[in-house]
Amino acid sequence: MAVCIAVIAKENYPLYIRSVPTQGELKFHYTVHTSLDVVEEKISGVGKALADQRELYLGLLYPTEDYKVYGYVTNSKVKFVIVVDSSNTSLRDNEIRSMFRKLHNSFTDVMCNPFYNPGDPIQSKTDLMKWQPLNGL
Amino acid sequence: MENKPIVTCAGDQNLFTALYGSLTQQLPREPMEWRRSYGRAPKMIYLEANFVQFKEELLPKEGNKALLTFPFLHIYWTDCCDTEVYKASVKEDMQRWQAALRLHGSVDWLIAVVESDNKKKNKTNILPRTSIVDKIRNDFCNKQSDRCVSLCDPLKESSRSQESWSSFLMKLRTLLLMSFTRNLGRFEDDMRTLREKRTEPGWSFCDYFMVQEELAFVFEMLQQFEEALVQYDELDALFTQYVLNFGAGDGANWLGSFCQPVRSWNGLLLRRPIDMEKRDLIQRGEASLLDLRSYLFSRQCTLLIFLQRPWEVTARALELLHNCVQELRLLEVSVVSGALDCWVFLSCLEVLHRIEGCCDRSQLEANSSHTVGLWTYATEKLRSLGDLCGLVSENGPNSEDLNKTVDLLAGLGAERPETVNSPQSPYKKLKEALSSVEAFEKHYLELSHAAMEMYRAIGRLRSARLLGKSLAEFYMRKGDPQSAENFLLDSLKSYVSESWSLPLTHTRKQIAECQKQLQKMDEYLQTSALLASDTNLSDEERRHFCQEILTFASQTAEDARVALSMSSVTRLQELCFRPSSALVHVSAALLLELRLCSLMPVPVTLEHISASIHFTEEQPGSTAQKRAAQNPDGTVTFPAASPASASALELCEMLEHSPSDNTLSSAGLACRNMHLLMRRNDSATSLDTPNTALTALALEDGAQMLRASDVTLSPGNNSIVFTSQKPGVYTLRQLCATLGRVQLVLPHLYPVVQYEVYSQEPQLSIQPLTEHLLAGLPQQVKFTILTGHYSVKKGDALQLSNTDSMPVLHSSTRKQHSSETEIFCNIRNLFPSSEKVTSISLPVTPPYHTLEFLLDVLCHIPSCPARMESERLTNGQISHRTRSRTRFNSGMTLIDQKVSVDCPWSIYSTLVSLTFHVPFKVKHSLLSVGRRKFIQVCLQNVSDTNFRLTNQTLTENQHTPSLELQQCVFSVWELRWSGVSPVSLHCEFSASFAPADAPDAALKPYRYHFTLERVSTLLSVCAEIRPAEGEQDCRTGALCRLEVSLTRLSEPSDSDEEYSDTDGLRTTRLLYEVIDNNSNWAVCGKSSGVVSMPVAAMATHKVHMEVMPLFAGHLPFPSIRLFKYLPHHASPVIPPDTDSCLENDSLSLDDQAETASLRSRGSVQSLGSGESAQPRGPMPKRQAFGPGQVFNGTQGQQVLVLPAADHHLMEVNVT
Repeated sequence: MAVCIAVIAKENYPLYIRSVPTQGELKFHYTVHTSLDVVEEKISGVGKALADQRELYLGLLYPTEDYKVYGYVTNSKVKFVIVVDSSNTSLRDNEIRSMFRKLHNSFTDVMCNPFYNPGDPIQSKTDLMKWQPLNGL
Repeated sequence: MENKPIVTCAGDQNLFTALYGSLTQQLPREPMEWRRSYGRAPKMIYLEANFVQFKEELLPKEGNKALLTFPFLHIYWTDCCDTEVYKASVKEDMQRWQAALRLHGSVDWLIAVVESDNKKKNKTNILPRTSIVDKIRNDFCNKQSDRCVSLCDPLKESSRSQESWSSFLMKLRTLLLMSFTRNLGRFEDDMRTLREKRTEPGWSFCDYFMVQEELAFVFEMLQQFEEALVQYDELDALFTQYVLNFGAGDGANWLGSFCQPVRSWNGLLLRRPIDMEKRDLIQRGEASLLDLRSYLFSRQCTLLIFLQRPWEVTARALELLHNCVQELRLLEVSVVSGALDCWVFLSCLEVLHRIEGCCDRSQLEANSSHTVGLWTYATEKLRSLGDLCGLVSENGPNSEDLNKTVDLLAGLGAERPETVNSPQSPYKKLKEALSSVEAFEKHYLELSHAAMEMYRAIGRLRSARLLGKSLAEFYMRKGDPQSAENFLLDSLKSYVSESWSLPLTHTRKQIAECQKQLQKMDEYLQTSALLASDTNLSDEERRHFCQEILTFASQTAEDARVALSMSSVTRLQELCFRPSSALVHVSAALLLELRLCSLMPVPVTLEHISASIHFTEEQPGSTAQKRAAQNPDGTVTFPAASPASASALELCEMLEHSPSDNTLSSAGLACRNMHLLMRRNDSATSLDTPNTALTALALEDGAQMLRASDVTLSPGNNSIVFTSQKPGVYTLRQLCATLGRVQLVLPHLYPVVQYEVYSQEPQLSIQPLTEHLLAGLPQQVKFTILTGHYSVKKGDALQLSNTDSMPVLHSSTRKQHSSETEIFCNIRNLFPSSEKVTSISLPVTPPYHTLEFLLDVLCHIPSCPARMESERLTNGQISHRTRSRTRFNSGMTLIDQKVSVDCPWSIYSTLVSLTFHVPFKVKHSLLSVGRRKFIQVCLQNVSDTNFRLTNQTLTENQHTPSLELQQCVFSVWELRWSGVSPVSLHCEFSASFAPADAPDAALKPYRYHFTLERVSTLLSVCAEIRPAEGEQDCRTGALCRLEVSLTRLSEPSDSDEEYSDTDGLRTTRLLYEVIDNNSNWAVCGKSSGVVSMPVAAMATHKVHMEVMPLFAGHLPFPSIRLFKYLPHHASPVIPPDTDSCLENDSLSLDDQAETASLRSRGSVQSLGSGESAQPRGPMPKRQAFGPGQVFNGTQGQQVLVLPAADHHLMEVNVT
């Protein structure tokens, strides 16, 4: 499963970042933050060419030696980033897509929570945590 | 090395050699459609061939699967046109050739018969030319007649020759393709069979690799690079899958050979189309994983470049490098540490070189997004090599590091011959970089900057900054904080602007280290402050940074203080005013409570904390709407900084009142932070928003301060008490906490916090307790003293000037209260100091309190309202007071009383006006009966209070009627006097009154002065109406006689009448007038006249006239009036019988109403000739007598008039 999932607001500040605790949290923050470069590049590229295709999945943003970083952007320009271990070869594109879909659903649930103030970092222990691709590790 | 499909040529070699040139030239000229098996899409293909001489050994032996050397087509060339020759030698040769082919199972052959006209001309007895071809066809091509073609005059430029060529080439191509399809199909089938055997023991990937690569070669040979690439990709995938399976525990035996330790890491080699060294290794089954991968990639790279897809090379290269590292890990291949880094570094650079070799510069720049990954990867790897070999430390490598370097260099082997001559080869670069610290730095910086430049060029600023950060780390390791700082600050900016707290903290920590080394104390302390309050750090770290600040603060040094942003260590949460209105008067205490949340890990003792304030001398109250942020309870809540709130609209209400009448003229909403929101928001600036923490902290000088000393700033609240200011509006601008040399400054307070200090003059106001103050009764008035800035001292007293008409009686209660507390004081020390002055001593009262007490005052009702005197007040002032006016609507007479009060705070007297209402209206009248006189006094209550009235006195009579609302009490007294009647009588009516329910003690006197003039009766008038002569009764329409007798009862006083002496007899001239206002009578003849009346008692004068009753019944007498007749003194006596003259003169008469009614009646003889005709000149006057001077005896007298005997015949003559 993933080693890090991140939800990033439209303004590019993190709403939610959670990573496998055994590996440096900071490293993932750097990785996810840097991946925004590619996300923005892809979004602007999509805006020109594939505006009406409504493809939210951005695919592999960039690989590193140890990790693969995948991106997904909602229609409201909230970005999801999932980092998986490069050695984890069982994850194909379809699995990543379905992870993103689940993450999107969970995020929608969080947004539906009347006690959640949109734009605030997601603190709730029950919302996004319910779905835990990280728990598999 | 150009590979082409092999086509063998047998037969006449000379002939073939002659045709070879045009054949090789023309064959690839036109494409052919290649239909493929297994549903693969057909392709257009340009065919080429390598024509070689047929040899038996060229034919593949059984089991040889090599495709590259496989002859796809065998052609037999002959130009034989002679049947004899054919039969003699050619046929035999052909048969041998066919046999050889058949032996090897090759069915792809063609017999080409070249015909030429030259030969025909030489031999005349030849058979028809087709016969040879036919013969051959008969002999060899049983069912495949197309296997034999003829070519006509191939070396001549004729249309026939052209035609023949093209059909030959078409045939040749078709056959070639057929051969490809057949042979490749067979090969593929074999290959698949081999692949299916991969689970069998003893299966070797290397063998299979060679087989499939053969296919790839053929495709490449056929220029089908796509197909060739597919073969390699399949191999790649197959191998990857095996590695993955191995990782999953399903290891294949053959994979063992790939698991041998890596001994060579000399990187990819992409400069040769086929790396035969590595290929041999694979073929021998001795290749390592890196060898296989390198070879595979070099082939893929070659094909991709053939396909003009260089950018795919870079992407695949990166993937490959990552993958290899992973696979080696997965297969647990032992690798010398750093070896892979070398391999990756070399490979990256090799790929980049290769790409640079096939693209021009502009193309490279446009596609740097594809290459930048490799650059970065190379940089990273070089960096880790540097770390490994001790090239990054300040001291340079030690011996252990050097050993490692030597090992690594050994693994590189010798440089490959291809790059020996290029000075910039990756191999040379790596060797140089590892050779010395300086060289390493040079290469590392070169790579880093190149990668950063590329990132910036393609807009990946975050990536560029991350690189910059690792560059900064490098500089720090090298002990060069100066160079590191900018990179760190740059990346900090991006984390701050996007609120990534963890990277932010980390970067900031690095900055702190850097600034410490640079001795930038201000910045270091600022960063430390931020770090000390950073919850991402451990408590220990936070304490460390906090201690750094405290240590610095406690140092005594001469240089100036350091100002830090307070917002980094404390958060201003709330600000609370007591009183909550934030509005205080001068010298009052204003409690300002700041709730500061300290983010420091330890309690910090501040020497003092001060708030600088900005003073504006505005009118208090004018800024009320500006302080919208202040809650009604006096608290101002400061919003916590959150990333979302930065973009929120700050709206405020705007109300505009028109200046004239203060009505609302416009209302709206205004956005206060529009300048922030409307800013251009492009991508470049979004990351470059200024770092608020590092902006200059300008400390305002000379501003007024609120101060609190020795505050321990532990998480909690701090309060500051502050007093005494000049009146005005104060705006809190800054907060500043002093901590030794360190000052914590909060440069701006938003929302705007203001408080007001006002100053007020003492004020005295006196107000009635009831709606109206009634004169004559004790009334309570309320004294209200707003002490303002004046503090009432002991002995201060109010001096009230008394007036006669309004004495101050006493005060009842007194209370004193301020805005917060109410103090009720008992009344003491209240006594008039003199008759003229009432002194009220005031209790000691602090400023800005309100003193209230009640005082009873009494306003005497003036006995004669018409006449008022101005009185001199005791304090020497003229009081302009007691101006009476009558309010007609209420019927009350008002008395304005001005009270002069001397206040202790002012040298001037305060004039306070009180309006009293007189509750009564009084009228008097004199009534006469002959000589008897009566006085009637009418007293009317016009107030809304019920009164009791006693002791009305004019005579000795006493009775106690009650006087209800609007009720009138009439009192009548008879006047009697002995002796001569007085000319004028001064009377006083007095009564006692009190509210109806009040006890007797509350009775107040009411006096009414009036004067009666000319009381005695001078004349009496009697009249008698008699019927005409001979009649019994008076009848309507009949003339009756009216006899008026005037009798003088007493001699008039001198002033009363004007005498005229005629014949020694003193007479007065009287004007009489008989008027009937009720139209009962018609006065016939003269209705008025002047008579001379002797001035002697009891003198009588009789006047006769005729009147006619107009109605029947008891008719009242017509009224008879007497006037004094005053002829104009200068003019001769006007004849008495000039009625009209008198009429006109009535303008000047006193009693105009009567004259008017007289005129309007139009009854008698008046209005004869109109007024305007009369000349205006001195006219005689008539003057009325006083009310008691003439007694009219006819008043109330009636006479009976009978109706006329015959109504119908009655005629009325009116003259």
